Amino acid sequence: MTPFLLYALAGAALCSIGLFGFILISHLLRKLLAFNLMGSGVFLVMVGLAQHRSGPDPVPQALVLTGIVVAIAATALAVVLIRRYYHLSGKTSLEDPAQNPPPAPGPRQAREAPHE
Amino acid sequence: MTRVLAILTVTAVCFAFLSGLVYSIWQIGATTTPVDLPALLAGNLDDSGVENPVTAVLLNFRSYDTLLEIGVLVIAGIAGISVAKTSSLEDPELRTSDELLYALQRWLVPLTLLLAGYLLWAGSDRPGGAFQAGAVLAASGVLMRLGGIPMDFLRPGLMLRLGLSLGFSVFLLVAVASALSGSRFLAYPPEMARTLIVAIETVLTLSIAMVLLALFVSAPINNAEEPEEGGS
Repeated sequence: MTPFLLYALAGAALCSIGLFGFILISHLLRKLLAFNLMGSGVFLVMVGLAQHRSGPDPVPQALVLTGIVVAIAATALAVVLIRRYYHLSGKTSLEDPAQNPPPAPGPRQAREAPHE
Repeated sequence: MTRVLAILTVTAVCFAFLSGLVYSIWQIGATTTPVDLPALLAGNLDDSGVENPVTAVLLNFRSYDTLLEIGVLVIAGIAGISVAKTSSLEDPELRTSDELLYALQRWLVPLTLLLAGYLLWAGSDRPGGAFQAGAVLAASGVLMRLGGIPMDFLRPGLMLRLGLSLGFSVFLLVAVASALSGSRFLAYPPEMARTLIVAIETVLTLSIAMVLLALFVSAPINNAEEPEEGGS
């Protein structure tokens, strides 16, 4: 048991906290944060586990570095999409299709028509 | 009642997930690997052309990953821009014009640019590299954007397209060129490896910073007629 294994276990804990939030929270931005938490947990597991087995290992570190950059770009794209969704529909969460089966007819037209 | 039930179910699922993860991490941690990757890497580091093992992995041994990664970044950047309301870029009212921020910028922006250059240069023989430098460059761009310094190159046009695709296209060009010259895809000629890696890292830095900055700028900005859309 080295401290590095503790990092990997903390990464596992972060993953499940993120999963909890990702399933339960309906606000899209908070959902995105929870999803990022899961991603950070995965990075921690990768680096910690490799370091536990054979000391500092540049290969998983490089892969995690790649992953971090992709995660940043994906998060930024998700924020752009969420803002666009909010701009068009005025909602901060995805509505449950089971609760209101007929989707509101064209939230975009309804909201953008007055100033066009 | 259903809400409590849902929370309980999700908690149970998450605990099951956690215990599965912890069990497998424990198992993996107890076993020993047949392949000693760090030793393998240290043995082959001289062939890679750079001294920093992380850079060697990123841009030589596993450069395929990095090529695909910059491809993903370019796609994300293009998708973000195409969703955005780009006309708002030219609206001066949407820029923060804070005097304190402006004064701070005059100190910080040159320093961050210098830091980005240093990180890029240091990447070949010590911790640093294209991604760190790109992130710092993008941060200074965000600061400039918030301070209201006009950045014309972020408008849709030739400069933006060129900046976004520069890293990916140069990387791909090197890869295809090495494949055409009889070697394998992405196998650099050994005597030119260092030059090529530094060149690729430089264009990657520019492209990464450009993608991140474009995504930051392209978040749709509020119209005055729509008060419920939050601050920019």
